[in-house]
Amino acid sequence: MWDYTDKVKEHFLHPRNVGEIENPDGVAEVGSLACGDALRLTFKLDENQRIADAKFKTFGCASAIASSSALTEIIKGMTLEEALRVTNRDIARYLGGLPDEKMHCSVMGKQALEKAIENYRGAPALEAGAKIICECFGVTDKEIERDVRENNLTTVEEVTNFTKAGGGCGTCHDAIAQIIERLKAEPRPEAKPRLTNLQKIRMIEETIDNEIRPSLRHDGGDLELIDVVGDRVIVATRGACATCKASGITLKNFVEHTLKERVAPEITVEEEGK
Amino acid sequence: MKTVYMDNNATSKVADEVLQAMLPYFSEFYGNPSSMHTFGGRVGREIQQARGQVAGLLGAEPDEIVFTSCGTESDNAAIRSALSAQPDKKHIIISRVEHPAVRVLCSHLETEGYRVTQLPVDKSGILDLELLDKSLTPDTALVSLMWGNNETGVIFPVEEAAHLAHDKGAMFHTDAVQAAGKIPINMKNNLIDMLSLSGHKLHAPKGVGVLYIRRGTKFTPLLLGGHQERGRRGGTENTPGIIGLGKACELAAQNLVSKSAYIKRLRDKLEKELLAKIPQSRINGDIENRLPNTANISFEYVEGEAILLMMNELGICASSGSACTSGSLQPSHVLRAMGVPFTMAHGSIRFSLSVYNTEEEVDFVIEKLPPIIERLREMSPFWKREDPSCAIQ
Repeated sequence: MWDYTDKVKEHFLHPRNVGEIENPDGVAEVGSLACGDALRLTFKLDENQRIADAKFKTFGCASAIASSSALTEIIKGMTLEEALRVTNRDIARYLGGLPDEKMHCSVMGKQALEKAIENYRGAPALEAGAKIICECFGVTDKEIERDVRENNLTTVEEVTNFTKAGGGCGTCHDAIAQIIERLKAEPRPEAKPRLTNLQKIRMIEETIDNEIRPSLRHDGGDLELIDVVGDRVIVATRGACATCKASGITLKNFVEHTLKERVAPEITVEEEGK
Repeated sequence: MKTVYMDNNATSKVADEVLQAMLPYFSEFYGNPSSMHTFGGRVGREIQQARGQVAGLLGAEPDEIVFTSCGTESDNAAIRSALSAQPDKKHIIISRVEHPAVRVLCSHLETEGYRVTQLPVDKSGILDLELLDKSLTPDTALVSLMWGNNETGVIFPVEEAAHLAHDKGAMFHTDAVQAAGKIPINMKNNLIDMLSLSGHKLHAPKGVGVLYIRRGTKFTPLLLGGHQERGRRGGTENTPGIIGLGKACELAAQNLVSKSAYIKRLRDKLEKELLAKIPQSRINGDIENRLPNTANISFEYVEGEAILLMMNELGICASSGSACTSGSLQPSHVLRAMGVPFTMAHGSIRFSLSVYNTEEEVDFVIEKLPPIIERLREMSPFWKREDPSCAIQ
């Protein structure tokens, strides 16, 4: 049985943005017929250097197709910097979650996005100093390290589920196990300590000033922090945001999302007087 | 939505006659066949009748039939018993396309000091008997080869193989879980020592199986306990299941040839029309030497799980040898053993029919599948971009 959420099924049966953009700004292809899934991603930028359109073609299972559809929906309207911050977990979260053994489908989306942006910027395809560990699927040590760190992977099997590394001939299993062991020995960054109220308010302020407002101003909008009550952040919209009908969506999807990521996952954002 | 069930190699519907035969044994005749009183003891007589019905399907003697809980138990019991009967021999021969019930057990036996030879198959899934002959040594305790393959339906020449094994002093076991009830089997015409059969593949319920043990074959039971099955399988009998399996075997034996011909005609129509309507598709497995109900078709440039899920939306049930249905990232071991190119193996679909399928259902699949493949190919980055001549290896 497929342990897929309704959202995965919906994006599989009715995928958004299927196809290929003519004369794209960025293009990338990851995976191959041999591995069982492959994704071709194309995007075009608008005059503000935001992703105006993104399209995909995917060969793969239902979750590979749904992940591709989700990715193109997520990145539309983003700057390349914002798009690069999209993680495979964001793709999985957008879809309401993916089964563990299907996480590599979301990783493929993330890889395609990075490669397409590199393609646009003319940067080298392989990360500096990266070494291919899994020859079958062309997965590098850097990619494995990043996924082990980001997702707290502890076994070779988990690494295979996330990156596909080790899913072919299996000769790289020892090398993957060594990477896991090496990263286990690394000093781990301290878990985020519980914030005092003052620290929390300061972090909220900093995040709004340094990340959120510059992004809103880009579109002629703005935002002001009014109050922080427990985990409720009360803001007022200014500029174009004040009259924009979609500002509620911006508050939820962008402002609240960013604060949850940067400060604390419990945070909710409300508009003053609403 | 109507269900179009074409996954009978996975499991099959319990026949109405079978269900009716079973029902009294849940509520009315629930006695223990081992009891002294007539209420229980009479159930024992019914079990003897079921044993006769199974023996009838296989051309066997009733005392050669041992009821078990499933095909996997039968396989395990047969292989373990053959090894304990010949404690000095440490070599087993199987094929690369065996069911996990045999393959996984044999991998485990390797850790217990046994040597396992896995015979290859050719691109049609056919076994090389000469290679079997060459692989047999005085140390070979057992050859275990499946009669019909669950994924492709390809039939192995097990009767000839049993001859070769006996010539070199080895025992022979066959997993006939897919073959029984689909093709004629007559144990009087061969030398096979042990044969496994599973109830739920031939319209009996899940949870009951059979191990055929030829008279005179040394046997050590897997389950020790009570004296049931003449001491060859301890454990209180699954009475309703056994009665059901007996009835199912009786039904299967009736008009087996004409029912097989009916199923084969539907299967052949399905294959022929799908291949005609869908370019770059092919049948996996030998066309002639196949179970009449199984069709394993590959569609290039698309992925099996995606096909299954789209068919699922229309109520069509089938299976796939694609990697993404297993989570292992590798397509089916059967298709890989046959050297099916990865590009084809990922997009393989198995339809397995039964006597309950109708012409309308076959027509429904023939109508609905081509647009699904077309839709997925439109989404695939490889479709129409590659030169087809180099894509087919």
